[in-house]
Amino acid sequence: MKRNTASAFAAVLGLCALAALSGCSELALLDPKGPIGEAERRLIFIAFGLMLIVVIPVIVMAVWFPHKYRESNTEAEYAPKWSHSGRIELVMWLIPMVIVILLSTLLWIETHRLDPYKPLAAPDKQLPVEVVSLDWKWLFIYPQQGVAVVNELVFPAGMPLAFDITSDTVMTSFFIPRLGSQIYAMGGMRTKLHLLADTEGEYVGQNQQFSGAGYPDMFFPARAVSQAGFDAWLQKVKASPDKLDMARFDELRKPGLAAGPVYFSKVEPGIFEAILGKYDPMTKQGSPQPAGHSGHGGYGGQGGHGGQTGHQGHGQ
Amino acid sequence: MFGKLTLAAVPYHDPIVMGAVVGSLLGALAVLGLITYLKKWPYLWCEWLTSVDHKKIGIMYIILSLIMLLRGFSDAIMMRAQQAMAVGASPGFLPPDHFNQVFSAHGTIMILFMAMPFLSGLMNIVVPQQIGARDVAFPFLNAVSLWLSVAGALLVMVSLGVGEFSKAGWSGYTPLTELAYSPDTGVDYWLWSIQISGVGTLLTGINFLVTIIKMRAPGMTLMRMPLFTWTALLTNILIIFAFPMLTAALLMLSLDRYLGMHFFTNDLGGNTMMYINLFWTWGHPEVYIVILPAFGIYSEVVATFSRKRIFGYTSLVYATAVIMFLSFAVWAHHFFTMGTSANVNIFFGISTMVIAIPTGVKVFNWLFTMYKGRVRMTTPMLWTIGFLTTFVLGGLTGVLMSIPPADYVLHNSLFLIAHFHNMLIPGTLFGFLAGFAYWFPKATGFKLDETWGKRSFWCWLIGFYMSFVPLYVLGFMGMPRRMQHYDNPAWQLPLIIAAVGTLIIAAGIGCMLMQLFVSFMNRKANADTTGDPWDGRTLEWATASPPAVYNFAVIPEVRDIDAFWDMKERGVAYERPERYEDIVMPKNSWHGFVLGVVAFVFGFAVIWHIWWLAAVTTLGMIAVVTARGCADDLFMVIPAKEVARIEDARVRPALHGAAR
Repeated sequence: MKRNTASAFAAVLGLCALAALSGCSELALLDPKGPIGEAERRLIFIAFGLMLIVVIPVIVMAVWFPHKYRESNTEAEYAPKWSHSGRIELVMWLIPMVIVILLSTLLWIETHRLDPYKPLAAPDKQLPVEVVSLDWKWLFIYPQQGVAVVNELVFPAGMPLAFDITSDTVMTSFFIPRLGSQIYAMGGMRTKLHLLADTEGEYVGQNQQFSGAGYPDMFFPARAVSQAGFDAWLQKVKASPDKLDMARFDELRKPGLAAGPVYFSKVEPGIFEAILGKYDPMTKQGSPQPAGHSGHGGYGGQGGHGGQTGHQGHGQ
Repeated sequence: MFGKLTLAAVPYHDPIVMGAVVGSLLGALAVLGLITYLKKWPYLWCEWLTSVDHKKIGIMYIILSLIMLLRGFSDAIMMRAQQAMAVGASPGFLPPDHFNQVFSAHGTIMILFMAMPFLSGLMNIVVPQQIGARDVAFPFLNAVSLWLSVAGALLVMVSLGVGEFSKAGWSGYTPLTELAYSPDTGVDYWLWSIQISGVGTLLTGINFLVTIIKMRAPGMTLMRMPLFTWTALLTNILIIFAFPMLTAALLMLSLDRYLGMHFFTNDLGGNTMMYINLFWTWGHPEVYIVILPAFGIYSEVVATFSRKRIFGYTSLVYATAVIMFLSFAVWAHHFFTMGTSANVNIFFGISTMVIAIPTGVKVFNWLFTMYKGRVRMTTPMLWTIGFLTTFVLGGLTGVLMSIPPADYVLHNSLFLIAHFHNMLIPGTLFGFLAGFAYWFPKATGFKLDETWGKRSFWCWLIGFYMSFVPLYVLGFMGMPRRMQHYDNPAWQLPLIIAAVGTLIIAAGIGCMLMQLFVSFMNRKANADTTGDPWDGRTLEWATASPPAVYNFAVIPEVRDIDAFWDMKERGVAYERPERYEDIVMPKNSWHGFVLGVVAFVFGFAVIWHIWWLAAVTTLGMIAVVTARGCADDLFMVIPAKEVARIEDARVRPALHGAAR
């Protein structure tokens, strides 16, 4: 019975490993496309390795001791009163301590180095993007270019990105796994994130914080393109007849999914600050009416990508 | 008349929900019918529902916990099945509305209505006996705690059939749980079920803190307390400090929802992050509230089944105390990605990491207890070894996520889900199940079947790895938690493996139920006549199985950490005292049960805004408490003669067993 279960156990572990390997290129965090993601991957590997120094002996002892000192093995030494050893206790406190001190040092250095608020280049050498999370879509405002896009993020590869992030709904988390760090988006609050893509390609961007019925559809393509490609894309956005002002924004923020990317060729200046400021009781004249999840259009009403037309409406 | 409650609140249109409702109702009706058929109502009322005996209250807590385990686990199966199916255009079988309720209910139930009652149940059965006491400090309060917990759990169950449960996760992050974004009653069910049972938990904490501090047998100094009692003591301190923060946070959220206030709204000066901070200042200690007693159980089990004194007792006590203190200084590691400064994140990251030191020390202590011992591979011991090998992996991934930059990519992914299940299943649940098997004969008088117990263990262990290793991998694949559907086809294979793993765990739960059934049928053959079926070391094994209502006819005197082992060595364990004395015990009382019922109706009324009923039940609760306060016939006297009769009936077979 015991041998069988042990081999079944090994088979299960093997199966899991196989599943892991089969999707190696799918392991987004282990295949990063920018320096932040790479540093974070290296950090994970180093910490993992350091901890194995304790974890492996523990697992070995946890299996070996009960086996060696099993009741039927009367050959083994039996010391029923032995319950203290200064030497062993010293080692059992010291080894975890040393590892934690090493890891803490690493933690200290890397947390400062990988602070999401730390710019990756001088202010004039980076591309600022303002991000607003809505129910259930992402609005990206390019303040220097004066355009805005819903559910598509395009930027030149090699260009440091400086995100200013807020939410005009519940809390969400802005995350592009292959580029590294995520950061929360919160109503009335501004968070910052700095990322960089080394290589051109289309990466998945997503919301990492549950935010209601439309949450599983808050994915967007994050495309790192050449400078020429970026300029061409800007031309395409600027050709759109749609313009973003506060009235258009109020329409946009109603709960629902966006059907593919939406382009705005012009953006009312300072709209990001206005979205931030509307929750501040000191700057706002009237109280804003949060768009309730239930009262409006509802989930799936505007189609959506991926063909999830079968979903039910949200709330009664 | 009925507030927001209309017939439309019953989800007739949803076959899955209605199936669960009808199933639960039929189950309940079958039990009620059986009780009526067997004419057991008077027995149930006199011996159980009105009981203030800590042992019976403990058993009722554990029954509650096992029922809620089945409910919470059904939710888990549904989630795994949904995610195994819902790739690309396939919507799966659970619409978002339902899926979001399922994961919210799963978390709420498993933490607050499975782990907490299990913990209270084990403390109730064991702690007074371990410290040589006849009861807890406040026996009536103990019954109140139980019935408030039941009232909360019942509200969660009712949300299945009347209205719906919260769709905003077990942690209920604002502003999603605010009226603007969750206008229906789901969040209110979540709020009030936790509030009502939370009061019960707080009362338990106070009760057991006082019990352990004031009611230890003579000679039992703090540093001679059994380790389960130590962990119970520290857990109760945590409960007393942590639960009021949850109560306050939920109360403020209730004020937002019921009276239009703005504590945690986006607008008018509300601060949503304040809720998240308050929630986790409770939430992180809560993790240790449920895991420290499990550590205590492992300490008891490993010493007993290695036939050896626990290694490094003092180390273990200090390590546990250090964990208790540190658990209040780590809460912000739940939201490193909030955008705080690097230095704040470093503080919370390092304080989290430091917890790994005392935890590691405890693991080494358990290992060296087995070293040079005589290890008996019983079911409780298997759970312990399964815990030791698996828990360290969870510790590893936990320390990994305590490094803020690593957390920036792993946060809220399935890696996180795998991590905390890796702590809570092998850590807490395996421990509670080990304690369940270990103390089962003490509570009931017969041992559990070993074969089915071992089958259950292997299913749980294999099922656990199969369910959660794929989730670790999915975390690296960038999959966020709580996805009702997804487009990335690469995520499906690991999710299917995880779903199969859940089925293996289901087989493990099936084996547990089978084990209970088989053991009950063979209870005569498995009877524990000595009160000491495992050759135990601590005082709870000095009583009969099940113990007499007063536990100890004569309060024992403690001379050693392993008090009962020491008594056995000195040959005084079964000594008959020269004479017995009258024993005064608390009488049963209907007030606790009725208070629970009224609190349940109050919760229901407030959830549905039935204000007249809320007022009536508030008055009702005040009336019950007043009635209890005015009652003066609270105690009964067990005459010395009766004590002698009970003791003689048990000591003789016990001596016989000891001689064998």
